[in-house]
Amino acid sequence: MGKLSVDLSGWELDNPIIPASGCFGYGKEFAELYDINVLGTFSCKGTTREPRVGNPAPRIAECTAGMLNAVGLQNPGVDHVLEHELPELAGYFRKKIIANVSGFSLDDYVYACEKLGKSEQVGLLEVNVSCPNVRHGGMSFGTTPEAASAVTKAVKGVTDKPVYIKLTPNVTDIAAIAKACEEAGADGVCLINTLLGMRIDLRERRPLLANRTGGYSGPGVFPVALRMVYDVYEAVDIPIIGMGGVRTVEDVLEMLLAGASAVEVGAANLVDPFVCERLVAELPNALDRYHFRNVRSVVGRAHPVVRWRDRAGVKTKEE
Amino acid sequence: MTEQMLRVGSVLPLTHDVYRMELYGAYDASVTPGQFLNFRVGGLYLRRPLSVCDMANNRERASVVFRVVGKGTEELTWLREGDTVDTLVGLGNGFDLSKAGERPLLVGGGVGAAPLVWLCRELCRRGAQVQVVLGFRTGADVLLAREFRSFGASVTVVTEDGSFGETGFVTNVVKTLSYSHFYACGPLPMFRALEKTVATDGQYSFEARMGCGFGACMGCALPELTGGKRVCKDGPVFGREEVRWES
Repeated sequence: MGKLSVDLSGWELDNPIIPASGCFGYGKEFAELYDINVLGTFSCKGTTREPRVGNPAPRIAECTAGMLNAVGLQNPGVDHVLEHELPELAGYFRKKIIANVSGFSLDDYVYACEKLGKSEQVGLLEVNVSCPNVRHGGMSFGTTPEAASAVTKAVKGVTDKPVYIKLTPNVTDIAAIAKACEEAGADGVCLINTLLGMRIDLRERRPLLANRTGGYSGPGVFPVALRMVYDVYEAVDIPIIGMGGVRTVEDVLEMLLAGASAVEVGAANLVDPFVCERLVAELPNALDRYHFRNVRSVVGRAHPVVRWRDRAGVKTKEE
Repeated sequence: MTEQMLRVGSVLPLTHDVYRMELYGAYDASVTPGQFLNFRVGGLYLRRPLSVCDMANNRERASVVFRVVGKGTEELTWLREGDTVDTLVGLGNGFDLSKAGERPLLVGGGVGAAPLVWLCRELCRRGAQVQVVLGFRTGADVLLAREFRSFGASVTVVTEDGSFGETGFVTNVVKTLSYSHFYACGPLPMFRALEKTVATDGQYSFEARMGCGFGACMGCALPELTGGKRVCKDGPVFGREEVRWES
């Protein structure tokens, strides 16, 4: 394995840098800017069983150290993705992708995961039980251990691909939910989705977003995300994909140290479209600067020795 | 699309709350009238999109015109000659000039007049007889009318209160004109009124709050008006037939 490579449930990525769902579309806009094959992989736009037109405008608001979005899972639906987006993607991306799936019922999740899981272009399924911007679904599956467990079991039953559950930070105890996913058979967890927030238009005296509330992302959420990755690492033994406000190569290292096996980068792509290309390029020097042999040896090292040795028994052998 | 550090030439007021900024950079042939630039402004997270108003000096100097409506646009007014600003250049689908015909009509409302300037320059250069109708609230808000005239277009200015030019709305004038095609930029209520007045095909340039500006985030898609098409990537210019006006 290379200096930067990481392993996600048997899928080896060249490096741990992964643009996050909803901030990278299907990669097409970025493929016009740089060779996106330099990425570890990327997580595609959240896909649902049926096509969705999303929430009314405005969907975006500026806020301190970040942004709010209430896009509302606009996507062409799983069948369209399989027939159009993925075949087109094969023309400019050689690697497998992370298929991000969302739903409004167990059936929805099962339907979309079963179909996407059969695609050879899909490396793993990222099951989003944490979208804050749609009613009656999404996040409601991620706010109790029971519901998260039910989704995990249902999806695991219909696919051979690794199943990673994407968790919401809008809960009292994210570690308990991660634990429930692990016990239900999840191969990994991804965290965090956005923090529920809002802005109010002073002149109009009403919420700025048409959806009233939206998901807060950007550098402001980084410390919250980092703490949650750290807590979840203590609680589970499955791999974690860490995300939330990551912008610099130092942020990437902190995420790895907290326990993430790979790192997704979201909102930063929207303001700096070249950010992920740069992070991949900067990572080798950053490892040297902080005296790490390789990316894998960083994972979890901010925890007490007993924890990362015990948890990552396989990984320490590789060093 | 390219990312460039544009150099600010000047920032000058056109009215009490509208400014014109000139920016030096390398604008290749892929940059066309109706496209926009996306500026990273000090201290703010999201970029701020502004349409290209005009292009001069052999595609070395672009200008943008903006009304101060919030922190982002206020920050832009503090830029000074020689400052550099991180900008994404060449975003969006601009106006389709091939449909103009011999007597195109340009309709601008408020700062919506700005993206029509370069379009007007190009159409006049190609020998079209361009007619321009510009609508403003009051005489104090009138801008860019002389610019359009300097290219040889015939310009009618309308103000709501009659303090300058004709009195009323742009539609009062539009319905008296004959034209081959129309191009419009301005507020949505103006588009809706125009839609009931116009007699030919045409194109509308939309405005939206954006996340990225290059098609990645779906933040500026308009589900009701365009069935979810993105203003930044599929637009900002949409053909009349692409818009669901009944919504």
